[in-house]
Amino acid sequence: MQIYLPIAEVSVNALLLLGIGGLVGILSGLFGVGGGFLITPLLFFVGIPPAVAVATSANQIVAASVSAVIAHFRRRNVDLRMGSVLLAGGLIGSSLGVWLFARLRELGQIDLFVNLCYVLFLGTVGGLMFAESLRALRRSRDPSRRPAPRRRHGLAHRLPLKLRFRVSGLYISVIPPLLIGAAVGVLAAVMGVGGGFLMVPAMIYLLHMPTKVVVGTSLFQIVFLTAYTTLLHATANKTVDMMLAVILILGGVVGAQVGTRLSGRMRAEQLRILLALLVLAVCATLALGLVLPPAEPFALDTPGVG
Amino acid sequence: MIRAALLLVLLLAALPTRAEEVVLGLSRDDVSITATFEGSDILIFGAVKREAPPPDTAGLEVVVTVEGPREPLTVRRKDRVFGIWMNVEAMSVDLAPSFYAVATSAPLRDALTWTEDLRQRISVTHAIRTVGETEGISDPEGFREALVRIRSVAGSYQLLEGGVELSEDTLFSTSISLPANLTEGPYAVRVFLTRNGQTVDIHEGVITVRKVGLERLIYETAQNQPLLYGLLSLLIAITAGWAASAAFRALQ
Repeated sequence: MQIYLPIAEVSVNALLLLGIGGLVGILSGLFGVGGGFLITPLLFFVGIPPAVAVATSANQIVAASVSAVIAHFRRRNVDLRMGSVLLAGGLIGSSLGVWLFARLRELGQIDLFVNLCYVLFLGTVGGLMFAESLRALRRSRDPSRRPAPRRRHGLAHRLPLKLRFRVSGLYISVIPPLLIGAAVGVLAAVMGVGGGFLMVPAMIYLLHMPTKVVVGTSLFQIVFLTAYTTLLHATANKTVDMMLAVILILGGVVGAQVGTRLSGRMRAEQLRILLALLVLAVCATLALGLVLPPAEPFALDTPGVG
Repeated sequence: MIRAALLLVLLLAALPTRAEEVVLGLSRDDVSITATFEGSDILIFGAVKREAPPPDTAGLEVVVTVEGPREPLTVRRKDRVFGIWMNVEAMSVDLAPSFYAVATSAPLRDALTWTEDLRQRISVTHAIRTVGETEGISDPEGFREALVRIRSVAGSYQLLEGGVELSEDTLFSTSISLPANLTEGPYAVRVFLTRNGQTVDIHEGVITVRKVGLERLIYETAQNQPLLYGLLSLLIAITAGWAASAAFRALQ
């Protein structure tokens, strides 16, 4: 069943789009990630112009993360104060990211930059996650090797403007979370993702937040950040395709329920290894595209869309 | 009397008399893009009207062109830099048609001489305008060829030699298939009647391509009220996310 998308101005198979939404929904239900890092490249692949793909997946991520953050609110896993500080940084970063996106597009290097970002960050995060979960698997078989948890007093404790984050059990300066929020915001806007896969490790390893509140707090700020990005794209570039978003959301909603049920039957370490492998696979595919000679060395760039 | 007859003959010779004229018909003069639009075939047909019997010096041929709205674009070329393929050169094109089809009743060069092709801007290469944009480009021709090649593969540029059926030098018809990824706007239809590769008559028409219904509504709102459109998109997303969460709780 073909459907004509009014903003993308292409005709695409609606079932294929539902399938992409569903697949990403299953993954977000299974692993608790937004799935932006998968949906944007998949949309490129089915022929949606890149600008429309980036803007519309931001809209889709809003729906997915609203659904997920409600569940985390019920379990009181959201640090509102930390989320707000990260968000404040994120809004600044995201505005900077949209500007950077426009500049790089003028230079004609946006594809290269986005692909390099994907390869670099997906490779790093996927590699770290893979190593970490292998270690965790080994530890769970051999409980004597479990390391004692340490409380570190780093830079975040020495900088000024300290604030108490009760839910996270932290008393640290607001400067590091502001900077982290801004850095993730820039990358999220340029890569067309929510940034959860960057934010979650940063919160665990740089801010030393308890793992329990990390996902909920990350989702909380992603809702607002992607909503802001959607509005920016809709007003500045007019590249949000409502028809495409609705189909992706429909598929995603159903997929997320399937994913949540599947996740109940699997062990956390196995889930993490699977996610790490998936992230590394996407990274490898994009890296090959950069290194292998393209079939067509020329490309068209129309200013209207894409 | 003889002088009067001579005058008449001279007048007739001097007048740009068109011994053969094209009468054109289109199967439709508008194409509506609906949500389930999968492309469309348009039938272009017509007849050659004559006041006198045809001069049988050479075969009569018909050339039909259909041209979509023109737009500026940039063609970029990738090359290997430090082992990575990246854009290294770009050429802007002032205007290039978003869709272009040429259908002929004979091989293009039999139906049309090269100069006539250039004069009437019939082949797609003559419809692409790159004025003053080729400065500093190592191989502008390569960029133009790439543009035509990429759009031909996508079905946006078509050359249908022998695509026009001409019967008894009088009736002609051709079918042009418009792809699904159409740009809105007027599509110019031109029909050239040629003899000896020279144009005898031209007839022009327009097909309007337009989004209708829901497609029109979404497109116009996005263009004219972007803030409202953005807020509406967010409202849909938030409602869907909330409804999904509520439905899931109800199911448990």
